[in-house]
Amino acid sequence: MSLDVIMDIVSWIAILAGSAFMLIGAIGTLRFPDFWARVHAVSVTDSAGMLLLTLGMCIQGGFTLVTAKLVIIGVFLFITGPTATHAVANAALVSGFLPKGADKFCSEKKKLSPEVKKTKAKKRAPLKGKL
Amino acid sequence: MRHHLLLRVITKLLVGPILLFALYVQFHGDYSPGGGFQAGVIFAVAFILFGIVFGLAKVKQVFPPWLVHKLAALGVLIYAGTGVYSLMLGSTYLNYSAFTPAHPEHGQHWGILVVELGVGVTVAAVMVAIYYAFAARPPVIHDEEW
Repeated sequence: MSLDVIMDIVSWIAILAGSAFMLIGAIGTLRFPDFWARVHAVSVTDSAGMLLLTLGMCIQGGFTLVTAKLVIIGVFLFITGPTATHAVANAALVSGFLPKGADKFCSEKKKLSPEVKKTKAKKRAPLKGKL
Repeated sequence: MRHHLLLRVITKLLVGPILLFALYVQFHGDYSPGGGFQAGVIFAVAFILFGIVFGLAKVKQVFPPWLVHKLAALGVLIYAGTGVYSLMLGSTYLNYSAFTPAHPEHGQHWGILVVELGVGVTVAAVMVAIYYAFAARPPVIHDEEW
C-alpha cells in the first residue's frame, strides 16, 4: 500500500468517526429527557466530532494553506464551543433551573453555586421549569 | 456582570482575532468569497461581543457613539467620492478604468478595493449603531432578577 492510500484511509476513518459523533449528538439533543442531558449530549459530541472532522480534512489537504486555515478554524471552534455551552448552562443554573434529582444530593439550592445563593438572597421570581 | 469569569477571558482572547479576520475578509474579498458587507458585519460582531460581555458603558468608551455615526457617513462618502473622482477624470460614475487609462485592470483593482472599504466602514458602523440603539433601551428584566 502506498502512502497516499494509507493517508486516505486514516482521513476517512477520522471523517466518518466525526460524522458519527455529530449524528449521535443530534439524536441525543432530540431524544434526551431534560435540558441538562441535552446540553451534555450536544456539547461533548460536538467538540469531538468537530476535532475529528477537521483532522480528517487536514490529512486530505496535505501541507497547504487550506490545512493552515483548517487548523485555525479547529482551534477557534475548540475554544468557542465549550464556552457557548458554559454560557447556556451557567445561565440556566443561575436562573434556578436544577438538573433532575439534584435535590437528593444537596439539601438546599444555594449550596450549588455562589451565584444561586446571591440571586436567592434577593428574592428572585422562580423561573424553574420555564427554560 | 463580574461573575462571568470564563466569558470575560474568552472574549478578551477572541476579540483581536475576530477583528483581524474581518480585515482579511475585507482586503481579500476580490480573490475569495467576502467583501465589504461580510467584513463590516464581522468587524461589528467583535464590538457587539465585547459589549455583551463587558457591558454597554465599556464598549462605548472603546467605540464612542459620535465616532460610530461619523464613520457611517464616512463610508458612504468614500463610496460616492470614488464615483465622483471618476466623473472628474472625464468618465462615467464609478468607472474604475478611468483611474489608470494606460492599464484599465489596475484602475479596476484599486477602484473595487476603495469602494469595498467604504462599504465595510459603513456596514460596521451601522451594525454597531443598531446594537447601541437596542442595548441602550431600559431593560425589561433587571440583572438581579436572574
